[in-house]
Amino acid sequence: MNYQSNADSAKSAGKTGSKNNNRPMTGNEAIARGAWEAGVRVGAAYPGTPSTEIMENLATYPVEDVKAQWSTNEKVACDVAIGASFAGARAMTSMKHVGMNVASDAFMSKTYIGVNAGLVLIVCDDPGIHSSQNEQDSRYYSRLSMMPTLEPSDAQEALDFTKLAFDLSEQFDTPVMVRGTTRLSHTRSAVQVNERNDVPMREFVENPDKNVMIPSNARTGHPRLIKREEALQEFLNSSDLTRLEKGSSKIGVITLSTAYTYVKEVLPEANVLKLGCSYPLPDETIKKFADSVDRLFIVEELEPIIEKEILAMGIKVEGKEFFSRMGEFSPESVRDSFVQAGVLEAEEDAADWDVYAPPRPPVLCAGCPHISSYMSLRGLDARVAGDIGCYTLAAVKPLSSIDTCVAMGSSIGNAIGMAKAGGQVRPIVATIGDSTMLHSGIPPLIDAVYNNVNITVVLLDNHITAMTGGQNHAATGKNLAGEETHRVDFAALFEAIGVQWVKQVDSYDLGAMLQTFREATEFKGVSVVISDRPCVLDPVKIRGETMMVRSENCTACQSCMNLGCPAIGWSDEWYDGHHKVEINAEACIGCSMCAQVCSTNSIVSVPK
Amino acid sequence: MNVIEKDAAAIEVTTGNDVKNVLIVGVGGQGVIMVSKVLALICQDQGHNVKQSEVHGMAKRGGTVFSHVRFGEKVWSPTIPKGKADILLAMEWAEGLRWLNHLKKKTGTLIADTQHIVPPFACLDRTRGASSGYTTQLPGDILENLHDGYALDATGIATEIGNFRVSNTVLLGTLSAILDFPVEIWRKVISEMVPPATIDLNLKAFDAGRSWVEESRKVGKAPEAKPEKKAKKQAPAPKVDSKPVDKDFELVLTPEWCKGCDICVKVCPERCLILNAEHKVELSKPDACTGCRICEWLCPDFAIDVVKDATKTNQTSASA
Ligand SMILES: Cc1ncc(C[n+]2csc(CCOP(=O)(O)OP(=O)(O)O)c2C)c(N)n1
Ligand code: SF4
Ligand code: SF4
Repeated sequence: MNYQSNADSAKSAGKTGSKNNNRPMTGNEAIARGAWEAGVRVGAAYPGTPSTEIMENLATYPVEDVKAQWSTNEKVACDVAIGASFAGARAMTSMKHVGMNVASDAFMSKTYIGVNAGLVLIVCDDPGIHSSQNEQDSRYYSRLSMMPTLEPSDAQEALDFTKLAFDLSEQFDTPVMVRGTTRLSHTRSAVQVNERNDVPMREFVENPDKNVMIPSNARTGHPRLIKREEALQEFLNSSDLTRLEKGSSKIGVITLSTAYTYVKEVLPEANVLKLGCSYPLPDETIKKFADSVDRLFIVEELEPIIEKEILAMGIKVEGKEFFSRMGEFSPESVRDSFVQAGVLEAEEDAADWDVYAPPRPPVLCAGCPHISSYMSLRGLDARVAGDIGCYTLAAVKPLSSIDTCVAMGSSIGNAIGMAKAGGQVRPIVATIGDSTMLHSGIPPLIDAVYNNVNITVVLLDNHITAMTGGQNHAATGKNLAGEETHRVDFAALFEAIGVQWVKQVDSYDLGAMLQTFREATEFKGVSVVISDRPCVLDPVKIRGETMMVRSENCTACQSCMNLGCPAIGWSDEWYDGHHKVEINAEACIGCSMCAQVCSTNSIVSVPK
Repeated sequence: MNVIEKDAAAIEVTTGNDVKNVLIVGVGGQGVIMVSKVLALICQDQGHNVKQSEVHGMAKRGGTVFSHVRFGEKVWSPTIPKGKADILLAMEWAEGLRWLNHLKKKTGTLIADTQHIVPPFACLDRTRGASSGYTTQLPGDILENLHDGYALDATGIATEIGNFRVSNTVLLGTLSAILDFPVEIWRKVISEMVPPATIDLNLKAFDAGRSWVEESRKVGKAPEAKPEKKAKKQAPAPKVDSKPVDKDFELVLTPEWCKGCDICVKVCPERCLILNAEHKVELSKPDACTGCRICEWLCPDFAIDVVKDATKTNQTSASA
């Protein structure tokens, strides 16, 4: 059976005018649906787990309704949405939590300006760090930018809240943030869908006093922001977004987002005040609720943001004392916390099974073109500033060849700093993927040339944004809809920046790779190696002639195992105390890299 | 603000007691998400409230993948608490073990494909005589202590039918025999979900998985699918003390013969060789050296020897 992507299933879910209105949808599909129903006309995003499928799904709706696009990074995407809102179209942008850091410069001022047509930012946090570089709580940005923030607890609310966000945006003249979590994004449940409300375009409003952020205008913008917070609070105190669910006990729990579902699961008899909006807070409602219960808890994932604000209102509330600040909640963790708080009794646990399962972290694919770059860098004993993408997996065994990885686009800047710091004997190399290069690698590369440092940059050009599931970018020659478009020519771009040494090399030619890397690191100044081979998974699955091991020749030296290719494993045969190797024919894509490193020429193509 | 008043009786219904929990686990690329989608669609079709939750950020890179399916009158949490799964469907043996503690201890049912997918991380130990780090626990050890369990060679069955990739549909067939939904709805949903050209193949796989359970019930006990065949990667290691043995080899360098080409430095998997200031090879991390001999093989000048000290172990070549 084949895996069907979310976007595929959304294609059918996205068909308009169907009579069956109750469909299973992921949170991401529901958000896209909600935006479409709200009459969104422009959507822009840069991929990032778990938010990626939102824009992919939006792109499955008719292009006459909505123009969805991949942008080069989250800041650009946010600016695109802001521009569309200025122009009178309902617009949205979606991103993962760390994408907010990139976009923040834009929305920090946009909240001062307000909106013309509705403007919605979807942000997906990743409690538990399923696939991210940190666990930041985006709700701090709500406070920092004073942007109202809705937090759905399931797919139905994801749709409803997204729709509502557009209305609130226009009603209160502010961008509105919808904050989800990985769990919301990737949980499928039944959703009631509706037709599109084709909200007409607005006129462009020529109002420089409001729309042009020069100091004098910003000074009038700031008080507007404070007034708006008050107005929102008043609205929220009487809004349906806050829901009181009366229970039979004297315990009161304030909760929201996915945490709400865990509370309902483990403490069904409690009084629950479910918040729909986490900024600003419905202060009056919270006060009344607090008065009505004997003991008040706040159950929120990650930071004690609401907790601190409730405490600041002078209300006694218990939270992070029992509910962790770290990681993702689960019904069992919420239950344990209530046990600790003395609200629930500990459940008797049957003894655990004594079982062992080997660790199975994600690995680079069989034949991944990134492998050879890191093999070569090991050979050169380079100091490697890494970046974010599939290739970050080269940081672990057996490649173990990345020294640092901070945030997207950091590698080049980090390498510049290492070079400027001096005292480094190893060659300093920055490795960066093609999508990441476009996202945030160009300014630091300009910086490197401008400041004339001695570093080598390896562009790991696999012609796709692979880590997030294979999205197009500005150098693939295709857009989000898969249509042909202009393709950025990296070599020409680097030359224009002023890089004196640029060479492109076939990632599968290990000898040429090592030779080129050696030349590049010997060059005094900025050198760029373009390691060039398409990803083996996306956009098309690549399969060449399968390789096999002639076991009788294999001396179990394991040098092919150094590649970390998951198609190569140990066989049952031994040589001199070590396992010989074998190649899984189903997994091997025939890149031949293992044959190139084999010390006894034991790896050959499977005879036809 | 919305106020929802509930009496105690109404609350009873929502405690999740009537919710059925199916946890589906496997390795990236096996179709865990697909299987759980089929199940979720069937549950919804049968009038249940359903939540299906997965985390698939790393699904494509060969990592662990799992998907929670919960259905009943009202489902709150998208995830299944530990020890609360009614059914654990494992598409790979070790993944079944990894999640075994999620199964209800007294009433849970395990359905597992006995195939082994050995992760690369289990093949990294370079010490002499090291065996793979895959689990050594076999279905027999586990099933006899379970309330209800089915371990079948779904991948083998699928391969016989024509394509190992439909092993997930074989397992759906097995699941269908355990859950109480009409067989037609399974066939219908599967037919809708798979690529049209593969419908026949998938339905065949489904039937095979379903009848496997019926057969096993006739026999009275779940037949265990030849674990010997599938466990072939578990061949015993040559007899070597399992505790870290004293090094039974020595790396002998002949610096006079070394011309500083640095081939060995590059190829050493443990990175324990360096070229010193005179451009001669030097063992910088003796403890890290595993005696793999790759430097010895590749040195063009015979400047490196891995000399075995036969007094420390009597191990001889175990090569077949
Ligand atoms: C600011 C930010 N935005 C998005 C992401 C999500 N993300 C992680 S890796 C990656 C893409 C990497 O693509 P590329 O550099 O081409 O490397 P590849 O995965 O193709 O090897 C993205 C979008 C992120 N981690 N941080
Ligand atoms: S998806 Fe592509 S880039 Fe990522 S590990 Fe696999 S082959 Fe490499
Ligand atoms: S040729 Fe070798 S390195 Fe390449 S995919 Fe096949 S087994 Fe892996």
